[in-house]
Order: sequence, then structure tokens, then C-alpha cells
Amino acid sequence: METSTTIHSHDPHEPHGHGAHEEHHELGFWKKWVFSTDHKMIGIQYGVTGLCFLFFGFCLMAMMRWQLANPGVALPFFGPLLARIIKNDGMNSGGVPGVMTPDFYNSLGAMHGTIMVFLGIVPVAFAAFGNFVVPLQIGAPDMTFPKINMASFHSFWVGGVIMLLSFFSPTGPAKSGWTSYPPLSDLADPGGGLLTGQTLWILGMVFLITSSLLGAVNFVTTIIQLRAPGMTYMRMPFFCWVQLVTAFILLLAFPPLEAASLMQLMDRVFGTSFFLPHGQTLSNHLVNVSGGGSPLLWQHLFWFLAHPEVYVLILPGLGIIAEVVTNNTRRPLWGYKAAVGAVIGIGFLSFIVWAHHMYLTGMGAAVSTFFQTTTILISVPSVIILTCLLLSLWGGSIRFTVPMLFATAFLPEFGIGGLTGIPLAFNSTDLYLHDTYYIIAHFHYIVAPGTIFAIFAGVYYWYPKATGRMLNEFWGKVHFWGSVIPMNIIFFPMFLQGMAGMHRRGFDGGRTYDLNKPVIHFNTTILHAVWMLGLFQIPFIINFFWSIKFGKKIGNNPWNSTTIEWAAPSPPGHGNFLEPVACYRGPYEYSVPGHPVDFIPQCDPQGPRTDAGAHGH
Amino acid sequence: MEIPYTVSARPDTGLYNAKVGIWLFLASEVMLFGGLFSAYVFLRVGALPGYWPHGFLNVPVGTFNTLILIGSSVTVVLAWAALKMRQFMRYKFYMAITILCGILFLTIKLTYEWPAKFHHFGAFIKKDSLAKYEPYLGNNYLAAKGLTQRVEITGDLENEDALKDDSITEYDIRMDAVNADPTNPESDRPTFWQRPVSDKVAMVDKADVEYASMFYPRHSAFFSTYFLITGLHGLHVLGGIIVFTYFWLPVGANLYKKNPEHLANRIEVVGLFWHFVDLVWIFVFPLFYLL
Repeated sequence: METSTTIHSHDPHEPHGHGAHEEHHELGFWKKWVFSTDHKMIGIQYGVTGLCFLFFGFCLMAMMRWQLANPGVALPFFGPLLARIIKNDGMNSGGVPGVMTPDFYNSLGAMHGTIMVFLGIVPVAFAAFGNFVVPLQIGAPDMTFPKINMASFHSFWVGGVIMLLSFFSPTGPAKSGWTSYPPLSDLADPGGGLLTGQTLWILGMVFLITSSLLGAVNFVTTIIQLRAPGMTYMRMPFFCWVQLVTAFILLLAFPPLEAASLMQLMDRVFGTSFFLPHGQTLSNHLVNVSGGGSPLLWQHLFWFLAHPEVYVLILPGLGIIAEVVTNNTRRPLWGYKAAVGAVIGIGFLSFIVWAHHMYLTGMGAAVSTFFQTTTILISVPSVIILTCLLLSLWGGSIRFTVPMLFATAFLPEFGIGGLTGIPLAFNSTDLYLHDTYYIIAHFHYIVAPGTIFAIFAGVYYWYPKATGRMLNEFWGKVHFWGSVIPMNIIFFPMFLQGMAGMHRRGFDGGRTYDLNKPVIHFNTTILHAVWMLGLFQIPFIINFFWSIKFGKKIGNNPWNSTTIEWAAPSPPGHGNFLEPVACYRGPYEYSVPGHPVDFIPQCDPQGPRTDAGAHGH
Repeated sequence: MEIPYTVSARPDTGLYNAKVGIWLFLASEVMLFGGLFSAYVFLRVGALPGYWPHGFLNVPVGTFNTLILIGSSVTVVLAWAALKMRQFMRYKFYMAITILCGILFLTIKLTYEWPAKFHHFGAFIKKDSLAKYEPYLGNNYLAAKGLTQRVEITGDLENEDALKDDSITEYDIRMDAVNADPTNPESDRPTFWQRPVSDKVAMVDKADVEYASMFYPRHSAFFSTYFLITGLHGLHVLGGIIVFTYFWLPVGANLYKKNPEHLANRIEVVGLFWHFVDLVWIFVFPLFYLL
């Protein structure tokens, strides 16, 4: 545009030309806590809500584990309580309060998956940390579109409330798995109108998808437009890179699921048959629909989102870990450029691997071969990133702070999760392992001791920036050991159960099948570990709230970190920085030879000016 | 610190914030409609012979709507150019035409095209009974010519009670020309001008019917995709109209007085969205009306 060249007569320092004039007028309660447009508050809103949902999802899982270890036995205390709260008969099987019905077990599974993925991990790992940290790290005053940012959180919130309300639906919440495969999901609770669990699930998803769309547009625009002077792409902290790629994935992968959700909504509400073939039967009766649809269509559209979604779950975790590892080894990130390239590679490849979830559908050997090739290809960049992180440890004098403990645990746990995925990538081995507990163990190793540990690392690492106070270190260590040990006792036996052939959706813990006999006793072990894991989150929860008021006060940069967020006050006020900031070097200038201190902040005008990965030391 | 580049472009990217934002949003929209069009392809390719209908949609009306939408895409550019030249009244004039085009498009869709479908009826005949309705389907004729078979009898439903009343055992269909005169070579291919409904009535026994309904979304895979995609497209048109109207009202004038470039940028951004909505229609029209 001709005019735009004449308009931008501002100097390149325009973004920071206004200085710290912002008079801090007090915002009212609603404006400050609910209708906030400040990226930090929105990040915290996302974080706290997401952590609550994580805990809620954990509780659903704990109930399922009880059922698997003690099928048909009433859940003590909570069971009868729930039977009273939930009006449908989900927790009132055969009139015994506290015993769950198979339907309700299915609901718990579906809602556990949905809540953990869409309302827990993504909001915390991507939206919360992304919102809070990214603008600070690139030296921006806020996100580009603060109001859209607020709308994103509110849309997320509405989606979450709809999901929660579906527990009170007369037919119970969605019960067709978090993947909502038709024809099961199309035909679940027919005739129940809009208030059936599955329909509410779809409506909730539409809000969540809208929320992630608004968030993703904001993230990408912010990173492209609002980088501080001197903050070139190759000087961005690794965390910003993963957020950029993650935002792109969300932007492009989610809409097909929105399309699919609309189709399923039409199927359920208007009686169309997008996903119902000719001659569809239900309980041995022909369903009165036109037919002509295909259940495979849903699977394709669903996994077109849901596989990239896996990378949405893990990439922000990798970014957090990179920040924590470099800060605590006091060394630059080994192979920064390779790691950035790998993240971009993952971003591209994640869009062409989706059908490896569908080997069992009989879509044909040629298609399977294509997708197993791309799936194996994507393990290359994943290994590059993990290798970069591992080699960054080499020769460092590691400070085992609480975030670093979680980060060190993350590396092998993520490794286990990744390596056990390889047999699933191959068509022939997957046919055997498909839908067994092996799969459950595999992806939980990626997401639970993987991403959730990264989330914990991030919370302990950036909490001082958000509140101005440290989390208690002793209780942090208790939390760490109390999490890492049960986590492995929970998930490792599942590999063994899965390889023995135990099906992932069994309601009775595998008792129906003789072949499960040798591994069934693990159900009890796992249940005990689940209680332990839950118990050891209590110190974290108390620590989290107690430290807001009573934690150790700190200055701007308690970890002696290089990245720009630590140049802002703790907590940063509206507009973030007191002085205009600019970037002079790569993100991880730790232990530079000949420099008096072992870190040079990115925004420090003194000292050598370098790009990330330009040299190693 | 204030958020920079809300109006002026960032020198190294050459773009102001909202322009980056809208392009990203449109990328996402491409994937949304891409998903829907993929579904169209998937279902159409997988349809059994005769189950993907042709010629149900009104091509002249569709063509007219296409022209309206393309025209509005031109006027929205003129409106933006007028703002760039700081001619506010010209902007208001062209924007008014754009809004009217949008409203006309939706009005035709909602008051004429869709209702016409809702009053039309179709009954899919069971495979075993196809021969019984040979005079209306003309499958022997089609087979001899190497054309796809017909499995459906369509037209106006004379006894609409039959849809609800199980004691009525037949549908009385005043047939479309294609079923009234199935061996006429004119019926081989859909025509540009829709042929009027005949006065021949077919009595179709319910026992011979696989599935029957008015031309609602549930009628067939064709109509489910048609209504879903045009419905979603219509919502986008509505969204565009609302935003245009917002900037046509005093809000736009006030912003223009404060910072004319800001208003021009906003019109450019929503104009980009409008072009996208137009582009989607450019795919919808041939895929549903012509092919």
C-alpha cells in the first residue's frame, strides 16, 4: 500500500517511545479480575482455571481407577455423595449408591480425555504460559489484540462450563470416548434433544475451538509484530518459537474439527447422516435416516486435528523445559538453530501423520504405508529437540532448583513416551497394540510426566515473576518426589498390561478375558499410586496459594536469567516494562568466557552482541 | 507502554497488526471450509450410484447471487479506495451498496431458495422395487445410454399428512419433469432454467420407499452438505454485513474524524474478509449448482 509507506514516519523505536508514563489508576473488581484485557491477568486466569480442570480430570480418572481395581464395589464416601449430586443414575448402579454404571464409566473416560486435553493441558501449557510469558520475553507491552484475548478466555470459560454442566444432563455426559467416534456418538441418547451429553459436548467443543482460534491469531500476530527492537527471530527464546509453531498448528488444525463438530451436531439435532452409512442399525433396528454418510469421514477430520493436537500438548512443554534447563545449567541451549528447525519441521509434519490412528479401519495398505513413513519421519525432529536438551546438560554445573528437578525428570519420561511410540507408528505392530493399555501408557508418558511436569517446572520457574514471591522450595521438592514416583508406578505397569492384551476401554479392569489374568493385579498397585499422586498435590496447592501472600520476596531476576521477562518488575505492571527495552544478543548467553558474571541479559546494552547459536562455549 | 502498529505499519514486516491478524484468521477459515469441502468430496465420491442428485438447485438464481456477491466485492474496494482518497461521502455511498448487496444475497437465499427446497419432496425407492416404478425412473433407457440410474422420485407432495400419519400407506407426488417424462433426452442432463413441476401424480407405496423426506438437510448427503455449507457461508455474509453497517453508522464517521487512516485500515481488513466470503461462494456455486 502506497499510503502505508508514507504513514509510518515513526522511528523504529516507536513501540517504546512512550516510556513509563502509565499512571496506574485502580481498576474495579470486574475490570481487574473478570474482564481484564491484560495479557498477564489473562494468562493467570487461564492458568488457574486450567489447573483446576487438570485436578478435576484427575479426579475423574481416580474414580475410574477405583472401578478397575474394585469392579462393582461402591466408591467409598465420594460415591454415595456423587449419587446424590448427579441426578441421573450414573453412580447408582442397581440402586446401590456409589456403584457406577458401565455408561457412567464410559462418560468418565470420555470426559477425562476431553477435559485433560482441551480444558487442562492446552489452556495451561499453551494459553497460560504463552499469554503470560511470550509478550514479556519478546519485550512487548501486551498482546496485539487485548480484547480478542479476553474474548478467547471467556469463550474457553463458557466451553468449560458447558462441559461441566453436561454432568447434570438427564442422560449423563458424553460417553463415546474423547474421540467421539460415530456411529456411536451420532446415535447416543437419541431423542434427548439439545441437552444430551454428546450434544453438549459438541457445543462445548465449538466454544473451545473458537477460543483457541482467537488465541492462536493473537499469539502469531504478537510474535510477528511486537518484537522489541533488535529481537530478531533467531534471538527469540526457544519458548517463543514453540509457541509460534504451536499457535500455527492450532490455527490450522482445529477448524476441520469445527467443521466435523457442526456435522455431528446436524446429525444429532437435524437428523442428517454425515457419518451414518446406508443401512445403519441400532439395537437390531434400521435407523430412520437417509444414510449415505461415512463414519470414516469423522475419523479423518477428527484426527486431522487431534494428531497435530498431540504436538500442541507437547511443544509448549519442550519450550518451558528449554528455558529451565538453560537457566539452571548456566549454559546456552545446545544446537539452538537445529532445535528451532526441528520445531518448524514438527509443525509441518504434524499435519500429515493423522491416519496412523486409523490403521485398524481398513483404509488400505498404501495409505497405511504413507502414514507410517511420515510418522517415523516426525520422530527425527522430536529426537533432535530432546538431544539438544540432553546435551545442554553436558558439562554444566547444574543447579537443582525445583523447576530444574521437574525438567530433569521430564527428559527421560518424555524419552520413554517417545520411544514407546515407535511400535505404534508401524502398521503391523500397531494392529496388535491398538486400543490396549499400551497406548494409554505411551501417550500418558508424553503428556503426564511429560507435559504436566513441564507445567510444574514452568509454574515454579515463573511464579516469582507473576507474584513477586518464590514458591517454597522444601515443599516444592516434596511435591516433586511425591509426583515423579507415583507417576511411574501408575503408567509403567500399563505397558505390561497392554502387551498382555488388556483392552483400554474395559469397564471391569480386564476380568472378562482370561488372557489378562497375569496382569490384573497391577490395577490395585496403580490405584494406590493414584491416591499417592493425589495426596502429594496437596502441598503444591497449599504452596501455590500460601506463597502469594507469604512467600519469600524477590527482585526482578531471582534466577539470574538472561531472557527479557526478567527485566520487568515482579509482578510487571500494566504495559510491562518501566523502561523501553531492546534486545542486543541471543537468548542464552550464560557463562560467556571472560565476562565477570555468568549471565548477560538479552536487553543489557553492555557486552558482546551475538545471535543465538552463533557460537558455543 | 502502548501497543504499537495498530494503525501504521511495522517497518520490517510492512504490515499493521490487524492485517496480520485477518490473514491468519482467513487461513483458519480456509481450513474450516476446506474441511467442509473435503467432506463434500468424500461423501460425493463414496455415494452409491444415483444417490448424488443433480439439477435440484436453481441455477439462474444461483448465478444472480454470484453476480451480486462479486459486485459487492468490487464496491467494497471502491469504498476503501474512497477512504484512502479521504472522500468520506463516496465511502458511504459505496459501502451502502455493499451492504445492500449482502442483504439482497441473504434475502434471496432465505426467502426464496431455501423455502423452495423445504416445499419439495423426494422418495428414495428400495432397490427391489425400482423396476415397479420404471415409468417414472426410466432406468432401462438410462442403462441403454450408459447413464447413471435414478433411484428417487421427486416433486410436490400432494398429501403432506403422509409424512406424519402412519395409516396413510402411500405418497402422492406431483412429479418433477424428470420423473414425469424420464425417457425424454431433455431429462438426461440438468438444465439451466428449471423445468416446471408436471401435473402427473405418482402414487408411491410407502413399503417401496427406502427413505423419504422434504428437501430438508436430512433428505440426503447432498442436501446435508448443501445446507451446512451455504448456511455457514450465509452466517459469514451476515457477519460481514453487521461489521459493514457498524462502520457505516456514526461509529465510522467518528473514527474518520479522529484518524481516517484507522477507518481505512478497518475497512480494508473487513474487506479482505468479504473477499474471502465471496471466494467461498465461488467454490460453492459450481460444486453444488453446476457439477
